[in-house]
Amino acid sequence: MVPLGYFIVLSAILFCIGVWGVLRSRNAIVIFMAIELMLNAVNLSLIAFSSNMKHILVRFVQSMAPQDAANAIGTATSSGQVFVFLVMTVAAAEAAVGLAIIIYVYRMKDSVNVDDVNIMKW
Amino acid sequence: MENLVVAQIESIVRLVPVFPLLGFLINGIFNKKFSEKAVGWIGSSSVFISFVLSLWSFFLLLSLPPEMRSIESSWFTWIASGSFSSAMAFLYDPLSAVMMLVVTGVGFLIHVYSAGYMRGDGGVSRYFSFLNLFTFAMLLLVMANNLLLLYFGWEGVGLCSYLLIGFWFRKKSAADAGKKAFIVNRIGDFGFGLGIMLLFWTFAAAGRPTINLLLITQAAPELLAGTGIVTVITLLLFLGATGKSAQLPLYVWLPDAMEGPTPVSALIHAATMVTAGVYMVARLSALYVLSPISMAVVAIVGAATALFAATIGTVQNDIKRVLAYSTISQLGYMFLACGVGAFASGIFHLMTHAFFKALLFLSAGSVMHALAGELDMRKMGGVKKYMPVTFAAMFIATLAISGVPLLSGFFSKDEILLNAFTSPFGSPILWALALLAAILTAFYMFRLLFLTFYGPSRMEPEVEHHAHESPRIMTVPLLLLAFLSIIGGYLGFPRVFGGGAWFERFLEPALARSQAADSHLSHSTELLLMLSSVAAAGLGIYLAYNFYIAIPERPKRMAEKFKGLYNIVLNKYYVDEFYNSVFVQPFITLSLFLWKITDVRIVDAAANGLASFFGWFAGQSRFVQTGRFRNYALVFVIGVVILVGFVFLR
Amino acid sequence: MLSLIIFFLLAVMVVVAAILVVTSKNPVASALFLILVMCCLAGLFVLLGAIFLAALQVIVYAGAIMVLFLFVIMLLNLRRDEFGQDSLAIQKYLGFILVAAFLVQGIVIVSWAMKDYSVSIKAETQPGVSIPLDTLAATDYNSAQSVAGTLFTRYAYPFEVTSVLLLAAIVGAVVIARRRPFAEPESREK
Repeated sequence: MVPLGYFIVLSAILFCIGVWGVLRSRNAIVIFMAIELMLNAVNLSLIAFSSNMKHILVRFVQSMAPQDAANAIGTATSSGQVFVFLVMTVAAAEAAVGLAIIIYVYRMKDSVNVDDVNIMKW
Repeated sequence: MENLVVAQIESIVRLVPVFPLLGFLINGIFNKKFSEKAVGWIGSSSVFISFVLSLWSFFLLLSLPPEMRSIESSWFTWIASGSFSSAMAFLYDPLSAVMMLVVTGVGFLIHVYSAGYMRGDGGVSRYFSFLNLFTFAMLLLVMANNLLLLYFGWEGVGLCSYLLIGFWFRKKSAADAGKKAFIVNRIGDFGFGLGIMLLFWTFAAAGRPTINLLLITQAAPELLAGTGIVTVITLLLFLGATGKSAQLPLYVWLPDAMEGPTPVSALIHAATMVTAGVYMVARLSALYVLSPISMAVVAIVGAATALFAATIGTVQNDIKRVLAYSTISQLGYMFLACGVGAFASGIFHLMTHAFFKALLFLSAGSVMHALAGELDMRKMGGVKKYMPVTFAAMFIATLAISGVPLLSGFFSKDEILLNAFTSPFGSPILWALALLAAILTAFYMFRLLFLTFYGPSRMEPEVEHHAHESPRIMTVPLLLLAFLSIIGGYLGFPRVFGGGAWFERFLEPALARSQAADSHLSHSTELLLMLSSVAAAGLGIYLAYNFYIAIPERPKRMAEKFKGLYNIVLNKYYVDEFYNSVFVQPFITLSLFLWKITDVRIVDAAANGLASFFGWFAGQSRFVQTGRFRNYALVFVIGVVILVGFVFLR
Repeated sequence: MLSLIIFFLLAVMVVVAAILVVTSKNPVASALFLILVMCCLAGLFVLLGAIFLAALQVIVYAGAIMVLFLFVIMLLNLRRDEFGQDSLAIQKYLGFILVAAFLVQGIVIVSWAMKDYSVSIKAETQPGVSIPLDTLAATDYNSAQSVAGTLFTRYAYPFEVTSVLLLAAIVGAVVIARRRPFAEPESREK
């Protein structure tokens, strides 16, 4: 039984690697991949929590009948996973549109270096 | 029956100020749309209607018994705030009745005269609208039933005085004179305002907060008798009177005010506005009699001013200046009367003075009109044969002001001298000063008459060629005023000759009961004093004759002999120069300092500096927008780290 | 015990792969390493019992999104990092420091939170707990059935909205990226 804390720490580490990637890369596509990495870190953390819901909620459902308690815990657990499901969907949409934009910018500037896209300045 | 009369008076009285106000609005708004003639008609008829209404109310008032002759009539409540309230309301009693008649009656004649005098001037409608506005403000002043409305009228006439003195504003001296009048008046008005506030405060502290004149008069004896505060109040109010009525030390604006058109000088600076101070003292006589110190101050200032101004008048060469100083001097007489407790005498002299002084000014205007604006008496002479009517009118007026018996001036001036001598508030010294001033008055007035009308002509040939009598529109008012100057005195026929002193008795309910009225003299003393004032007049006339007709070189020789003294008096004792160096110049220096240093360098610099700082700051801040994604992301992350750090530290 | 070993294995792989994603010079290599990250994460999901989502992760993320990435990389014909000097060199170091700080903060906060959690976990073995965990644990919460049950009942509305979102994304991507027959105005260039 892996403690919840380990998963959270792992998620934090992945997230930070993603942030670092965003800050240090000049290639727009690699930045995008770092963003996907961040999203995945969050997904991991969500799943970790949702799987541990039964431990968290068990004291709160003592007053209910076993079947209701089971339902409640089931809903709580599934909610976390549904959320991850939706996050994946959004990540997909975002990746599609983002890459389309990168293609367009590449056509304009002939480069995917983000430093070249800098006309909105003083 | 009487209530009906009271109601009638109430409704008529409140209409009196309306017509001059309408005249002001019509002439003011439709500036230059009416012909000159129409403007004159509108202006004069509005005052005429007010005069008729005042006369009507006066007769109605006479039909009431004396105890009921005090009626209030209101337009609307102006301010009602806590315990303080002030209404646009009028008080009609003998005192205000007299003032209203003087203002509208003499005012009407001057309006008619102006229609002739101002013919051809480009700003006739502006002139008449200001004149009507002045009449309105003056009526408010004399009819007000509370001090705030009185102050409102007080300021209003000051404003109109400024507007009319500086009527020919393109002329620098006229504009400056207007400013001087307003500023000097303002100093006095400051004292006046403080006086009103102090009065209200004192009354409120005693539980009776009011500025209603009737209530003040009633409550004054019990609330203020024997206190020191009443002296302070009355002295502050008197400061306003010295400004408005040109007494020492705030008289300096009146001679300069002669820059305005002559009818303006006649109306405002002779008959009505300058008498506002006297009216105010008489109206608040209940307060003044409670303070012997104030009475003494008023009397002394009055007598001193009378003599002081008279001395200056004897050597002036400008015809209007002589009359201006004469006005200051006569106002001094009125204040002397009030100061010794003879308030009715002061008002009496106010009325007769209005007649003959207006007449004098209008005649002088007539002469100037004929001589193409010449003011210097040294360039006149022998005008009598060209302007017989004007001469006759002026002659009557000069007799009146000199105190020659049988004319109005004699009766009123004599009464003042009498009261100065006998009243418990007065003293023989005051009487002596006043007598000396009377001699000088007769002297300089006849000097004026002789220099202008008699003797060989010293006029420029061109001017003499065109000299002619003034048109009827101007001479008829002159004659009417001359008539009034003669008969006006009979209202106050002295008791010693069997007269009923009707005027004094008429005004009695409105003025404070003072011991002066109660003093009884032996007939012989009264006759003796009367004789001395006649002798004074005679002496003055004789000296004038001697100096200017009999031995014409005498003035020049005297001037040579006493050159120093002559120059000092000719230059008005250098008072203006003194005020200028002691008050005006330091003030200007201070103002310049405040402007150049404080305003420009400190305040403006701070404001502009702040603005330019923000400009600079924004200019530097724009470099944050590099346009580069990575910089933005970095800043983003910095922000997040800091925020989480806060949570971390909790 | 076994789970711990598998966890650590997968964890190390994930972290290494993630670092390699970010630091590779070749974008294709970055993409491939990211695929590795996805698959290891899927393994971690299975370890947590969320098998349905593990499958989804592989199919959607590794199978669709990363393929899309690779398509784009190929389309743009990106090679090894051909960029010149990095004008913002300082940013790299600053970034590293910031991220490290962030990580430290995160871990400290998490450990504080976890302390309370572990205490509360122990409570379930105390008396007073009438419904034991095992009975509850008997039900399978992680299957596709339970997820679908929640998704299509409680979260039906977000589900529908998501479909609109996908439509928008499709349309947007097509519009932005299509090849235009006319010449593009060059005014956008600096």
